[in-house]
Amino acid sequence: MARTLFEKIWDAHLVAQPAGRSSILYIDLHLVHEVTSPQAFDGLRAAGRRVRQPLRTVATVDHNIPTEPRGTPITDLIAAKQISALQANCKEFGIRLFDMDSAEQGIVHVIGPELGLTQPGMTIVCGDSHTSTHGAFGSLAFGIGTSEVEHVLATQCLAQQKPKTMQIDVRGQLPDGVGAKDLALGIIGQIGTDGATGHVIEYAGSAVRALSMEGRMTLCNMSIEAGARAGMIAPDETTIAYVKGRRFAPTGAEWEKAVAYWRSLPCDSDSKFDKVIHIDAAQLCPFVTWGTNPGMVAPVTGRVPEVKGLEESDRRAAELALQYMALEPGKRIEDITVDRVFIGSCTNSRLEDLRAAARVAKGHRVSSKVRAMVVPGSQAVKRAAEQEGLHRVFQEAGFEWRESGCSMCLGMNPDILQPGERCASTSNRNFEGRQGRGGRTHLVSPMMAAAAAIAGHFTDIRNWKFE
Amino acid sequence: MKPFTVHRGRVAPLDRVNVDTDQIIPKQFLKRIEKTGFGQFLFYDWRFGADGKKNGDFVLHEPRYESATILVAGKNFGCGSSREHAVWALADFGFRAVISSSFADIFANNSTKNGFLAVRLSDDEVSMLMKRAEEIDQYQVTIDLEKQEVRDEQGFRAQFAMDEFVRHCLLNGLDDIGLTLQHEKDIAAYEAQHPAPAALAVESDARN
Repeated sequence: MARTLFEKIWDAHLVAQPAGRSSILYIDLHLVHEVTSPQAFDGLRAAGRRVRQPLRTVATVDHNIPTEPRGTPITDLIAAKQISALQANCKEFGIRLFDMDSAEQGIVHVIGPELGLTQPGMTIVCGDSHTSTHGAFGSLAFGIGTSEVEHVLATQCLAQQKPKTMQIDVRGQLPDGVGAKDLALGIIGQIGTDGATGHVIEYAGSAVRALSMEGRMTLCNMSIEAGARAGMIAPDETTIAYVKGRRFAPTGAEWEKAVAYWRSLPCDSDSKFDKVIHIDAAQLCPFVTWGTNPGMVAPVTGRVPEVKGLEESDRRAAELALQYMALEPGKRIEDITVDRVFIGSCTNSRLEDLRAAARVAKGHRVSSKVRAMVVPGSQAVKRAAEQEGLHRVFQEAGFEWRESGCSMCLGMNPDILQPGERCASTSNRNFEGRQGRGGRTHLVSPMMAAAAAIAGHFTDIRNWKFE
Repeated sequence: MKPFTVHRGRVAPLDRVNVDTDQIIPKQFLKRIEKTGFGQFLFYDWRFGADGKKNGDFVLHEPRYESATILVAGKNFGCGSSREHAVWALADFGFRAVISSSFADIFANNSTKNGFLAVRLSDDEVSMLMKRAEEIDQYQVTIDLEKQEVRDEQGFRAQFAMDEFVRHCLLNGLDDIGLTLQHEKDIAAYEAQHPAPAALAVESDARN
């Protein structure tokens, strides 16, 4: 029977399919971070269980670490305790940890791919919803809660019900100035934040094939914001070229064998999806969110929408969002001024993102009314960016250049918005209080964020004067 | 896990859609390394002002809802982050179940691991319960997992769907790690075919 990419990976990882029960799925790679794991390790200890496959488990610290120069003491004692709990757990259970002082430390969804841990055809889980990022490689990758973290630590398996499949077919070519982030926001704006609930999305079509691995990661990363269980893209030459030579990628005969397998993964020609959505790439533009969920998007050239015509529960949600965001319907998006700019997060903190933002920043100055920070996704991204001199471009323009971590995406560390501050952010969630209580988040692409920092308000990147 | 069979309790209406897990439990409270004690932080930014003072207008602070054990909320409840702390907070606060017309996948999944019920009814049924919770004093419903039914004493009766095996685990309070380990032979056979990559061994490389 013709199978989709998802079905091939699912079938290849079925350990058991007991009658009347959930399927038992094998997990190839389990990524662990400090916030969602301590209770899982406690559970193991309480039950006298070990970590079944330490070699398939990799940990790092990213969520609550400061982005001040490394070595600065962590003043948040509860955060420090959580970090030392992870260090102790990794030691006790024999798990590889890329710690604060490691040259490989970074956001878990940035370091997995850059170390070559993330490979096509794998099943990958992490106690973090943005695990969907790894689907960019043609792996089945999804976020889990702490109980399931414990389950995977103990059994290297998960009991799962098979999700439905959805194909999002993006035809044509993305216009200049419109990137993977805009594509993701455009899709969520169209299908809503629950548009893909219960489904695994496979992104296809010429506009997706044309994306770099970094763009594909941005797109798959945001799948969860459409409610999807996972997002994935079939592996191709772009994927294989990215993985080749990375630290934990296969080598020699193993590499040849792996590549042959990866080439067999794309959907069979007559495979079927439960749902198919078509998007015309040429119709997309730079987007800015105006509300308090990632589905509330408007074109940069547009206005804050009217709420009158909406169905009642959506209208009330929109009214609450506008109240929280201190915006009026009809306001031009380009007239919205910002106080802060955040370039970073597992969505947009890779080298390509920083290059794009630096290209915009070059030769300009951050508005005197704006505080802007750039937080590389990993130490490796930071080093690579510094080798190219990107840090100097940012610093000369007045951006802060910081150490790697999740930072202001979720504000678990000291990088937070003050009440009422408005932020152009390359992260993934504009929920109330996400970046700090009372903070107002607008999601945008790295280029749009950099341009907003300089202009002091949102501005259409398609009209930017590049130096 | 605490079994869930039949529960009767007072209903609190949270008339909002897309209630995300950042609202259910804001990030500043995720740094605790225990599973307990999260109830005090439930819906923190809605329940308390920036000065830490109780927001008396918030529905859960209305005296008539103070002992509620069932929350009724708008569609797409629990969207966003995978934090299981959201379920821990709801349960620790005293809730046994949330009724909504749809749930985010990870939230629904996390619920089942904690003897907590995410009950999915139609939009109309949810609106009806929301209205009754607002209008009828001391309004209570019964959630009957054995019959997969929600009912009240005013004639409301609705069936809900749930995966048969998940329901079995909830009814009996089964530990699903134990259930998976019943497949030890299958797992071992799979692992014999798919050995773990040696490169990740902690000892093999001093660079970590």
